[in-house]
Amino acid sequence: MTETGIIVGLEVHCQLDTKSKLFCGCSTDYRDDGPNTHVCPVCLGLPGTMPVINKRAIEYAMRVAKALNCTVIHESEFSRKNYFYPDLDKAYQITQYDKPLALGGYLEIESDEGGEKRVQLTRIHVEEDPGRLVHMGNPERGKYSLVDYNRAGIPLIEIVSEPDMRSAKEARKFLNKLRATLEYLSVFDSEKEGSLRVDANISIVGSERVEVKNISSYKGVEKALNFEVTRQKNLIRRGLKVERETRHFLEGRGITQSSRSKEQEHDYRYFPEPDLRPLHVQSWVKDIILPELPDARRERFVAQYTCSLNHARTLTGELRLANFFERVVAPDAALYTPAATWIADTLIGELNYRGMSIDTLDPGSFTSLLVLLATGTITDKSGIEVLRVMLDQRRDAQPCETPDAIVTRLNLKKTSGDSSALAAIIQEVIAENPKAVEDYHAGKNGAMNFLVGCAMKKTRGRSDPKELNREIAQALTNTEA
Amino acid sequence: MAEHTIHFEPDDRYHAFLTICKKPVHGTGVLAGIPVAVKDNISTQGIETTCASKILKGYIPPYDAHVVTKLKLAGAAIAGKTNMDEFGMGTTTENSGFGPTTNPHDTNRVPGGSSGGSAAAVASGMVPMALGTDTGGSIRCPAAFCGCVGLKPSYGRVSRYGLIAYANSLEQIGPMAQNVTDVSRLMQVIAGYDRRDTTSYDRPYTLIPDAHISGLKMGIPEEYFGAGVDPKVATVVQRAIAKLEALGATTVPCSIPSMEYALAAYYVICTSEASSNLARFDGVRYGLAADTKKSWHDAYREVRRAGFGTEVRRRIMLGTFALSSGYYGKYYAKAQIARENVRKDFARILSGVDVIVGPTMPTIAFKLGEKSDPLSMYLSDILTVPANLAGIPAISVPCGKVEGMPVGLQIMGRPFEDERVIDVAFAYEQAVST
Ligand SMILES: [Zn+2]
Repeated sequence: MTETGIIVGLEVHCQLDTKSKLFCGCSTDYRDDGPNTHVCPVCLGLPGTMPVINKRAIEYAMRVAKALNCTVIHESEFSRKNYFYPDLDKAYQITQYDKPLALGGYLEIESDEGGEKRVQLTRIHVEEDPGRLVHMGNPERGKYSLVDYNRAGIPLIEIVSEPDMRSAKEARKFLNKLRATLEYLSVFDSEKEGSLRVDANISIVGSERVEVKNISSYKGVEKALNFEVTRQKNLIRRGLKVERETRHFLEGRGITQSSRSKEQEHDYRYFPEPDLRPLHVQSWVKDIILPELPDARRERFVAQYTCSLNHARTLTGELRLANFFERVVAPDAALYTPAATWIADTLIGELNYRGMSIDTLDPGSFTSLLVLLATGTITDKSGIEVLRVMLDQRRDAQPCETPDAIVTRLNLKKTSGDSSALAAIIQEVIAENPKAVEDYHAGKNGAMNFLVGCAMKKTRGRSDPKELNREIAQALTNTEA
Repeated sequence: MAEHTIHFEPDDRYHAFLTICKKPVHGTGVLAGIPVAVKDNISTQGIETTCASKILKGYIPPYDAHVVTKLKLAGAAIAGKTNMDEFGMGTTTENSGFGPTTNPHDTNRVPGGSSGGSAAAVASGMVPMALGTDTGGSIRCPAAFCGCVGLKPSYGRVSRYGLIAYANSLEQIGPMAQNVTDVSRLMQVIAGYDRRDTTSYDRPYTLIPDAHISGLKMGIPEEYFGAGVDPKVATVVQRAIAKLEALGATTVPCSIPSMEYALAAYYVICTSEASSNLARFDGVRYGLAADTKKSWHDAYREVRRAGFGTEVRRRIMLGTFALSSGYYGKYYAKAQIARENVRKDFARILSGVDVIVGPTMPTIAFKLGEKSDPLSMYLSDILTVPANLAGIPAISVPCGKVEGMPVGLQIMGRPFEDERVIDVAFAYEQAVST
């Protein structure tokens, strides 16, 4: 599908990873606890309570503003966004409206054409998360809903981009880069469930803009946008008009649905929050010391570890991955290249397949595995097998064996050490495949590969294909002579 | 802290109380064992707090307002919760969801409002002191009507944490008592910074009132003696001013041109803030319970219709309208400009004089039912509202009677000069009591 003529802008809401909530002292670490256990009179919105700004949340937001090259404005303020909904205990959300914390800024992403591209930002502001409704029974004809205020008052940062992206893929890249940047700044944890929510604006050039709300995963953004592109293009192709509207993304079904509720016509009646004074924090900016950010780290990986640009981009695209890589290679410079290759090309895929976080794997074990590979103790094929066992054991919370123990238990050591056994296998293969032997002598190239394949099967992958190739050639030369 | 109890079983013939605590505990301190009445919009842990609204019937706060904590630490006994206009919206205490309070001086008249219950409890001698709240005159009006002393502190002088908000940017909790000395004592207990109210200031109050006011300059605004002010009330107040002159103070005539818009600005701001503050009362978490069998939207509507009184619903609608897109600029934004002008006018006048003096209310207490037209009730706030818009301290002290009903002398001062308005009130009180 060609995606020329598409305009995408994103509004990204991220939970700031502070210890306490935005306006009270309740802990933000609520995910493993029962409903309404992380609440107090303030975040329950009890009558008479007043908000007190968590300075740390403002600091976090300002770190983001500085890293994204935004201008922190001289005086910002909180406003009330008034609307009724059962998850909103005060019936207003304290947010920022016409005086947000920061304006402007940009984020650089890799464009679809390759090379860097700047996505301009409109603004960054801070606001509180509402509570959460839990619908019991059938969602269509639910019997009742329960409300959990543990999430109420968790600090959120909203980052609004200009409509600068030209494809769903670019939007995905923007999000990935943003996530990496926030994680490098230690203000955000992407692995916490529900820590990110996105509203996307998308239009086909010359048509009306559609807002898709309620996207809560990175993959969801690309899916929702692709769905919208197809839907909008189909409308235009059929001579129909794209209506300006708000749609909701149904994550499970991968489609967007028109929200024909009154929600679109909400008048939020914003006005300045009278219980909070305006913020004058511009002077803090100069005291913020930024850590190494993804772009700088990527360049360092290329220079210091001789990573390929692609590997460096992948490895530094997630804070945990980059830290893992550096811990794995720390003991031994000889591991730079194999580590980059194995992590970027194999480990990530194996983790994703299992839905596991890299945090579950200790860098030391992975280093041991790489050493087994680098010393030629096991073949690449066996390496993958060992890795899979290691990951499965961690996923299933079983006792974790060292890579060496796995190699021993599964008898995966390369057979080269045992030359008589290998020679016997090669003799077998030669005896069983006279046609291939004949072809080999006739100079047919495929014959050797076939024979190596047969031998690999017999050694259950424990042999090094190069070594087999050499040994079989030797054996056939002897036979001929 | 040693805990004791007192017996508090007054004959509440004026319906000053919504809740009476018959055996309140108390500790030691400057208010040890003194029964203090608390307006029912101030949260008291374990004691029903309704704002005189049916929608909060049964709500028992799990925490104490900052001022209540301070009272307890000073050894006071929380004697009960006093009646008020629902959520503070009124000037008569007739807008209570649980029946009106009457004026101890004449039970056919209102005690003023919205802190009418606190004023009646003090004026009738049931308690020596009480807490009220003042959004546009709600402490000073009932103090004037019932013949007691009431102070609206400077904005930020007393923590609002635990005060169930009606109009956050205007209101303050303040002391009410039978005399200035007790108002001052209570003020000392409740004033000061509270980290839970970030609009509060670290300005503790430690005053022993001083009656020497020789050399004091008093501004006398013409608007406080103009149209709408009962000449008999004006005459009583003029005599009180003459008394202060006899004590060595001088008068300077002045004018507050911005007062023309003060009342309109006040009602736009307070209703706007109220429309947002009162949105949380939906019957889900506390108070009147919503019907959970209905859709949330219908359940909310029913609870709010059943729980709120007429005046509250009127003000919610006015405020909702004033904040609506397309009207915000015309109303809310303009009201803020008018408010700024009031503030500037007061700053200008108070740069030349020490205090501004005039009547608290344009009339004596109304007959019950007299102010049935909301607009005429709103107009009676004209002399008290400016101090709320400007955030300045203002006190009402009894200064005589008209037709047997008390009249209040209002003294306003510079921001955070609560001590000075108390001194002037004290000087007057001492002069007339000897
Ligand atoms: Zn809380």
